[in-house]
Amino acid sequence: MTVLYTTDHEWLRIEGETATIGITGYAQSQLGDVVFVELPKIGSQLKKAEAAAVVESVKAASDVYAPIAGEVLEVNDALGAEPGLINSDAEGKAWIFKLRIANRSELEGLMDGTAYKTHTA
Amino acid sequence: MATHVSEAPILQETPLHALLLARGGKMVAFAGYDMPVQYPSGVLKEHLHTRASAGLFDVSHMGQIALRPKSGNVRDAALALERLVPQDIVAVAPGRQRYAQFTNAAGGILDDLMVVNLGDHLFLVVNGACKAADEAHLREHLSDACTIEVLADRALVALQGPKAASVLAKICPEAPAMRFMDASARIMRVAGDAVDCLVSRSGYTGEDGYEISIPGAHAENVVSALLDDPDVMPVGLGARDSLRLEAGLCLYGHDIDATTTPIEAALEWSVQKSRRSGGARAGGFPGADVILSQFEQGAARRRVGMKPEGRAPVREGALLFADAGSVDPIGTVTSGGFGPSLNAPISMGYLPVSHAATGGLVFADVRGQRLPLRVCTMPFVPHNYKR
Repeated sequence: MTVLYTTDHEWLRIEGETATIGITGYAQSQLGDVVFVELPKIGSQLKKAEAAAVVESVKAASDVYAPIAGEVLEVNDALGAEPGLINSDAEGKAWIFKLRIANRSELEGLMDGTAYKTHTA
Repeated sequence: MATHVSEAPILQETPLHALLLARGGKMVAFAGYDMPVQYPSGVLKEHLHTRASAGLFDVSHMGQIALRPKSGNVRDAALALERLVPQDIVAVAPGRQRYAQFTNAAGGILDDLMVVNLGDHLFLVVNGACKAADEAHLREHLSDACTIEVLADRALVALQGPKAASVLAKICPEAPAMRFMDASARIMRVAGDAVDCLVSRSGYTGEDGYEISIPGAHAENVVSALLDDPDVMPVGLGARDSLRLEAGLCLYGHDIDATTTPIEAALEWSVQKSRRSGGARAGGFPGADVILSQFEQGAARRRVGMKPEGRAPVREGALLFADAGSVDPIGTVTSGGFGPSLNAPISMGYLPVSHAATGGLVFADVRGQRLPLRVCTMPFVPHNYKR
């Protein structure tokens, strides 16, 4: 299992052909209290960098982009009832959606944990 | 080779900047000032704490202006100001405050403001983003009757919430006896200092509370005393916006501007009978023809509150439609977000009067989807004023 990061503050947990995607702890700290999460549709085909989900704080709405292309396999319905999970457990229980990885070469441009830490320092 | 040098805006700092930074304020540019948008507790907790206890807001970016009558008679300053606003200023008694709007020739709103009668002169509080234009407007039109002094060296803070009175009583024992919209000079006794302030029982949250104008050099002293009270939490611009939205109060430049009249903005209540047709001093303000005719005949559109039926906030700029499939928008959301006290999204905007009745259903375009909203009465959260 590998965890990768984007410059837009999304994380991806890679398990076989599946990528589980959410926003980082750093991203949630910048957003503030999350009050609504719009999830992608299961079965939709996302292009790399396409707006996939929306995370809304009291103040503003922020897009979550698909870091890689793929088909949406699963979404985290728990965020509908409890959007604040993003604040309490951004990189755990508050995963947002799972993708079937369309093109593994797209993973090559992403950062590992150490690089992301430097990116946000 | 052309090099692009980006000019960072030079932001002003209020007299409380260092203190609020030390309290963990996360600063953003607002109305030309570096202002706290939130503190470490976050917008949600700051909002709820204000409704349950007391919140302290730095609003020193707002303009504070003394309007002094050249005749020495405050009634002459009031009569002069009535040339620029559709409110009855003459009737504002000493020690009282009134909400007003500067209007333009089209009946639109140049700014909204508070007017205090301090006995020998009027004291105005105007929006930060409009204060330079307001000062010029006053100088152009009222210089014959008044001297206009911008009180740039003063801080302005708001202490809001059900515990505001008991908190302020500790440094100003007369504060709890004030009623909503009372305003006068008061002394704050803090740490061996006796500070001459202007205090009004008013605010922008829908809660009971006070707005306190403090000489800049003493502002840290007074505000530290208030923040050291365990009932008080510092509150940033983020929660200030969600609190005023729940209270159904207009944000200038968003819910009201130079293109919206007081009638369209559902602010008829703020125009006293004496300035309407048949009143003792009817008309005589910019745009009176438009505004008085809208009083008679109604306006084509109206500011309303709306509750999205789902959980998604419908924010400023969202277009409104009569039904889920119609092509032409009928209105726009001017403020929208999440109401922490309601735990639900809320919006404010303009609709044609044909669609503005309470209970009606309209649709907003949000990211390509049509979301239903129910037109509702405002405030969204009941006001808690001490009248």
